[in-house]
Amino acid sequence: MSDGFAYFLSFLAAAIPAGMPLLLGTLGEILTEKSGNLNLGVSGMMYMGAIFGFMGGYYLDSAIAMLLFAFLGGALGALLYAILTVTLKANQNVTGLTLTIFGTGLANFIGENIMLNSPSMTAKVSDELMARITNIGIPVLKNIPVIGNMLFNTNIFVYLGIGIAVVMGIYLNRTRMGLNLRAIGENPGAADAAGINVTRYKYAHILIGGGICGLGGAYVSFITCSGMWIQDCVGGLGWIAVALVIFASWSPYRALLGSLVFGALSVVQFYKPAFMRGISDPLFSMMPFLVTAIVLVITSIRMRPERMQPKSCGLNYDREDR
Amino acid sequence: MAKGNMPIHVTKRLDDESRMRAVLLRIAAVILAIAVGGLFFAALGFNPFEVYGELIKGAVGTTMARRMTVRLCVPLLITSLAVGLAFKMRFWNIGAEGQIGIGAIAASYIALFHSEGMPKVVVLILMAVAAFVAGGLYGVIPAYFKSKFGTNETLFTLMLNYVAFYTIQALAQGTWKDPTAWGFPKIARFSSNAQLPMVLGVHVGWIVALALVLLVYLYMNKTKQGYELSVVGENENTARYAGMNVRKIVIRTMFISAGLAGLAGMLQASGADKTLTESIANNVGFTAITVAWLANLNPGAMVIVTALFCILTKGSDTIQSVYNISPAAAEVFQGIILFFVLGSEFFIRYKVHFAGFISKKEGGKVK
Repeated sequence: MSDGFAYFLSFLAAAIPAGMPLLLGTLGEILTEKSGNLNLGVSGMMYMGAIFGFMGGYYLDSAIAMLLFAFLGGALGALLYAILTVTLKANQNVTGLTLTIFGTGLANFIGENIMLNSPSMTAKVSDELMARITNIGIPVLKNIPVIGNMLFNTNIFVYLGIGIAVVMGIYLNRTRMGLNLRAIGENPGAADAAGINVTRYKYAHILIGGGICGLGGAYVSFITCSGMWIQDCVGGLGWIAVALVIFASWSPYRALLGSLVFGALSVVQFYKPAFMRGISDPLFSMMPFLVTAIVLVITSIRMRPERMQPKSCGLNYDREDR
Repeated sequence: MAKGNMPIHVTKRLDDESRMRAVLLRIAAVILAIAVGGLFFAALGFNPFEVYGELIKGAVGTTMARRMTVRLCVPLLITSLAVGLAFKMRFWNIGAEGQIGIGAIAASYIALFHSEGMPKVVVLILMAVAAFVAGGLYGVIPAYFKSKFGTNETLFTLMLNYVAFYTIQALAQGTWKDPTAWGFPKIARFSSNAQLPMVLGVHVGWIVALALVLLVYLYMNKTKQGYELSVVGENENTARYAGMNVRKIVIRTMFISAGLAGLAGMLQASGADKTLTESIANNVGFTAITVAWLANLNPGAMVIVTALFCILTKGSDTIQSVYNISPAAAEVFQGIILFFVLGSEFFIRYKVHFAGFISKKEGGKVK
């Protein structure tokens, strides 16, 4: 194996984990948007998942509790959003932004309290728990040369993320419920007339979507921050996930590819080949957003309906307006 | 919702019932949020009244604190006015964050490279104009694509925030790096004639902000352009049938909206920070959206809401030092207040009937 190829592989091996929290956030938001709700609270839900998951791991010392709590944390944020937008028909943009402010504040608030109450003034989960989360090798498969170590000897979240993406892709394209959901996203009035319970579908998918975002948050607190609580840990990841939804044009499969690309862009500054040395790091960090903006413009010009945002996204459904 | 067997059913209010009711409901929502916040503090083992007392004292108790609070208000108030204009047109400008940044970049360009030997007034006016135009043009980009191709402006303006953020970072690390900062990636401090003068202990931006409240109020309510943008907001087709050039109105309004945000960036850079940093916007662009919404897009009400939020932000620093409560409490609070207000709007727009009560209630009401 040549040096260049090995270098490229190590770059790829760094890009996959860098893209994973983005993938989870993106998948959660895709499911939400497919139900016709634009939830700009991805960052907030990721924060809530990050802190609740952290508490699950910190106090209960269990990987299952960690994942469950992270999911519930994200879903709790989504529940607030769903009550306000679906039942009380509040503006989706403002509600989502509020959720981001609220979730960020709540996570930092709880996190600081945990740190203040620990004798060392830092909060870290046990090493045993971290070992159970991070190095999960799948026998046989992990011995495949090149990709084995990258894909089958990694942390719990990578399996989860890829698994959720595949299941969601099948769900949205191949199942009755998935098609019903897409009908709601495109035209809730017609879906309602066809006998689909719009409210129940919206609640279910917004909540599950939020839960998946919450898992992305737990990725940040457990993998990015190696099991230590750090204030403001999620940062702008939630917004990148919102961007990635557009980049992936609302397809879970393309989200897999997109998160790899965005993950690569976020680590490329550490692996720049010689001819890129002159480009400063912030310009690399800018790329995902610039590319997304361009993708957004191009898709709106080309008007291919299957690659566009669900039509009713952002608008609340009111039976009286039919 | 209107299923026959449901105990509760909801109907839209047809008439725009008294504005008083809307105002009262909002106030009730804020009080409810403060009560919930109090319970939150009580659950943590603090006396909520004492905590609130300290919070207010920390924000307005001393001259120094008051000045700090007002300083926080300046960019937030102007940006709220900015996004309020766009929202009135139902254009979801959530890119104020980036427009603040671009405005500040333009102002800083003049402050750093063209401020020498010119009188202070000229420099400051040039900076303000540059910031307004640069911020405005940055807002015109999504407005153009929205009006021409229907490109989603929420997502587009959001992306542009980050483009602006990293542009500042690139400048600070690259061509604008201060050579005297020991290799530390930061931009040099503005020369004294590029810094805003102080009035009553706070940079002059607060007067600009208050003047803009009046100007934006007049623009929205007393001018033809203000009327046009509200018609576009109500119904684009109505505007079109009435012979209005919707694209022109959208682009013009966004230029003003984003320009104001850019101006806020200039005031923050020149008045408060005295240099350009990547945290120039510091989430003001997002908070402003919630302020504008809470104020029901009314410029006067924005002053009150901005003051409330800034008291909360400044006061939360104090309760941290006194009670060891994390300053993140301010964000939690803002969130709770907004959740309540967003929820309360439902009761402004809809009437809730409880089955069994309907006939009685309706019967007793004289219309």
